[in-house]
Amino acid sequence: MRTFSMGGIHPPENKISAGKAIEQVPLPAQVAILLNQHSGAPAVPVVQRGDRVKTGQLIAEAAGYISANIHSSVTGKVLKLDEVYDASGYRCQAVIIEVEPADEWTEEVVLNSTLKRDCTLSPEEIIQKIKEAGVVGMGGASFPSHVKLSPPPGTKPEVLIVNAAECEPYLTSDHQLMLEKGMEIIVGTKITMMALKVNRAVIAIENNKPDAITLLERLAIPYSQIDVMPLAVHYPQGGEKQLIEAVLGRHVPSGALPVVTGAIVLNVGSIFANYEAVQKNKPVIDRVVCVTGKSVKKPGNYLCRIGTSVQDLIDFAGGMPDSTAKVISGGPMMGKALINTQVPVTKGTSGVLLMDGNEAHRNEVYNCIRCGDCIEACPMGLEPYLLMSLSELSEWEAMEKECIMNCIECGCCSYVCPSNRPLLDHLRVGKFKVGAIIRGRKNQ
Amino acid sequence: MENKLYVSMSPHIHGGDSISRKMWDVIIALIPALLVSLYFFGLGSLLVTSVSIASCVLFEYLIARFLLKQESTLRDGSAILTGLLLAFNLPSNLPLWIVVIGALVAIGMAKMSFGGLGNNIFNPALVGRVFLLISFPQQMTSWPLPKPFNLHYLDAATGATPLSVMKSSRFDRLPDMLDMFIGNTGGSLGEVAAAALILGGLFLLIRKVITWHIPVSILLTVYIFTGILRVANPEVYADPLSHLLTGGLMLGAIFMATDYVTSPMVKKGQVIYGIGIGIITVCIRVFGSYPEGVSFAILMMNGVTPLINAYCKPKRFGEVKKK
Amino acid sequence: MNVILIAVIVLGGTGIILASVIFLTAKKFRVYEDPRIDEVQNVLPGANCGGCAYPGCRNFAEACVKSESLDGLLCPVGGNDVMKSVASLLGREVVEADPLVAVLRCNGTCANRPKTSRYEGVSSCMAASLLYGGDTACTYGCLGMGDCVTVCQFDALYIDKETGLPVVDEAKCTSCGACVRACPRHLFELRKKGPKSRRIFVSCMNKDKGALARKACSVACIACGKCEQVCTFDAISIKDNLAYIDYNACRLCRKCVEACPTNSIWELNFPPRKKAAEQEVSATKAETGKDATTV
Repeated sequence: MRTFSMGGIHPPENKISAGKAIEQVPLPAQVAILLNQHSGAPAVPVVQRGDRVKTGQLIAEAAGYISANIHSSVTGKVLKLDEVYDASGYRCQAVIIEVEPADEWTEEVVLNSTLKRDCTLSPEEIIQKIKEAGVVGMGGASFPSHVKLSPPPGTKPEVLIVNAAECEPYLTSDHQLMLEKGMEIIVGTKITMMALKVNRAVIAIENNKPDAITLLERLAIPYSQIDVMPLAVHYPQGGEKQLIEAVLGRHVPSGALPVVTGAIVLNVGSIFANYEAVQKNKPVIDRVVCVTGKSVKKPGNYLCRIGTSVQDLIDFAGGMPDSTAKVISGGPMMGKALINTQVPVTKGTSGVLLMDGNEAHRNEVYNCIRCGDCIEACPMGLEPYLLMSLSELSEWEAMEKECIMNCIECGCCSYVCPSNRPLLDHLRVGKFKVGAIIRGRKNQ
Repeated sequence: MENKLYVSMSPHIHGGDSISRKMWDVIIALIPALLVSLYFFGLGSLLVTSVSIASCVLFEYLIARFLLKQESTLRDGSAILTGLLLAFNLPSNLPLWIVVIGALVAIGMAKMSFGGLGNNIFNPALVGRVFLLISFPQQMTSWPLPKPFNLHYLDAATGATPLSVMKSSRFDRLPDMLDMFIGNTGGSLGEVAAAALILGGLFLLIRKVITWHIPVSILLTVYIFTGILRVANPEVYADPLSHLLTGGLMLGAIFMATDYVTSPMVKKGQVIYGIGIGIITVCIRVFGSYPEGVSFAILMMNGVTPLINAYCKPKRFGEVKKK
Repeated sequence: MNVILIAVIVLGGTGIILASVIFLTAKKFRVYEDPRIDEVQNVLPGANCGGCAYPGCRNFAEACVKSESLDGLLCPVGGNDVMKSVASLLGREVVEADPLVAVLRCNGTCANRPKTSRYEGVSSCMAASLLYGGDTACTYGCLGMGDCVTVCQFDALYIDKETGLPVVDEAKCTSCGACVRACPRHLFELRKKGPKSRRIFVSCMNKDKGALARKACSVACIACGKCEQVCTFDAISIKDNLAYIDYNACRLCRKCVEACPTNSIWELNFPPRKKAAEQEVSATKAETGKDATTV
């Protein structure tokens, strides 16, 4: 079984919501659609207070190349353009819409669920459609897909890797999406291959999802260019660099774009969004979010509109248990802890994880005993123990020499540390500082 | 909202590994060797071991509580482990007051003065032992002979250890290889039972407390080095297998050299460290004036460890090769 | 006798040879340095705090010696006295500078600013600000984990346990600016110390709209503009929903303090007002500047 070679861990999988059929969350009374749902510049709103918008209508335009369009996920009246708390606890511009109970879609969206296999568009037209639909990486990083699909000149993509590893514990939304929309994903892969002009695609799935592997293998039989590759369960396999190594055995050189290895990695959710954008003209206005946690009454995979508040989702999943001490947007390894549950769902919200008090707390910190477990666990070959002490001493130059910028913030080091040391906290501070120093040097 | 949520950086889960888990695993791994020692050295072994552990724990508590004024770190089990390892390096007929001094040096000088667990440069148990060896050479080198269920303590019969026999090149007086393997020879109370120590080492390997790099590189280096000497002159130099099974080599290679705090952190560095210990051990054993050199070898390489850590970096992912 | 003689000759001879080697090397590899650099360095405080924007006192001394005039060169720790002696050493003009002091522009005490979440992790403002907007609804205010206290070399800052905010000890503050650089929220500002240490400033950095800011913190600046209106010296400007008092234009009339509806403008070290003198609370406010909540 293939996997990546360096470091990594195998946390308890806890896929509580696995196999739960996707359920539609009823329309909320109000949605708050954030304008910075993607990495890059926040989108610029094109609607005004009091406007009536239809479902699927463009409400904010991409600002610049690395940015994405944002569409209304509901029909209703724009209450205001205001700042709301996003997952990071900072305030961010959002369009707040009062929802009308009946959806009125924009004309071009094809609403039926019949599979449309054929696509006769040119690669440029496909990318244009994906760009218009505002597709971003649905795994969490939210990088605009049209940018990924247009690699810089001089690079030649050879293979499309569909990231269906879903290596984070608890999360099951991609898994369930594959089970229910398998054929759409295969067609979406085919379309994305056309856009990239590559003739090979690999759908990489960790082998804790055997049903998805069997299903997609069967569905991919007519498509000889699409392979389904089972991977050993190994966190952080869903990391772009790790996945490329696991699938192709090639290392992305430090500081270079992944495309130099000939691979383009797209999340399986984005592939599905590509299918809907190209074949059904449907922009990204909803996504599957898995609501999970050990004491959640009704854990499951829920299809909800972008902008629905996390609270609405939790209510639909049986309400928030009293014991909840931490709400995480995303998985337990890389997700963000939320300051409250009014935060809206974005294109990158893959899951909502509710943790109880004892699970959520950090343990007491002891001295480093130099066991070297963090070095063993680091998938990037760094020395987290050293970087942490350098960060505490503000030795930014030394940290740069120790390759801090290679850190992918996967959290393996903090996970394995027997002294419960907050390694990644310090590494993040160092990465931020060193990043600022490097940017300053470039500007000079 | 009255129920305020906790917010912290990812990761939000922890693997559950802890220092105490690791320390207790090592203590468990030492139990077979302790049992063998109790069998062969009897009462003396029991007394020395319990006094050593008790005084190490006491000194750590007192120093942490009254000198450093910090919270007690006894729970992690590292003081117990230091006491046990110190006892393993002492002869079973050692007067108890010397054991207490050894514990004071190990905990007070080698460990707590650097800031407690994790900050010490040298292995505390070995510092304690070497301090005693230099300060009380006579008591530290009169080794009691093994006798099942021995109830003699200070007055136990003493005799030559295999190492001193090897030093004088009278190989016909070496005990049987099997005796050396199970521990039926003279020596420090915990070092004789090679078989039990290897068993403990395997347990640690399975529990992933240690990796094979350090023990294997030490043992292999000693085997090859002494093998070359043996081939060169069988009259003077002992055979490599006796070297492996005698003295503190097994204990040192499996339990002392692998101490996390004082050994290199990267695998490549660990191999260099192991080779260094092997070479120094053989040099002291064969060419030096002491019959045994494992403790000195480990302490010397402990001192080099920061340097090894600074030069042996792990292989970085996607490292760009310099043209 | 012979042995002693040999020993003396050998040791003495070695000493002489080595001494001459050192002497010759020192002579040969001597680097010329302006002796005035040493002199200037001797009058500097020697804290190497970096407040002058040079890496250390010696670099600052070099800069003083090399530059034409002392304009723009100031050792904030030593202040005008030290700069006067530097100037007399170098025979240059003295450039007087007003003494500055660090002020914290946040009054989000535990009482004024309710907590909305609980932070767990490294006790570092930098780490917390990378993670999220803070454990209160104000994303501009003090995080209270004392990065400023850690960097202060002069022991001039401490965290008040009751308010959870750092307090500047004016007597010890040298205005080196380390806290200004360390605070991830940019809450510290070096302001003119003022006559008899009397100062007026807006103790808030919240750039949210008034209603939001007020909801997050009861003493937030809501940018109502009343202070701007009452100011007769044009010292107050409002930008990004936040009032700012220019300390060069401010004449310390204290009208704005009275006008501010949220008590976000602070006066420090003023004698108690006649009207409010009977009120114990106001007196404390004027003296320590801690309790600005009560009128």
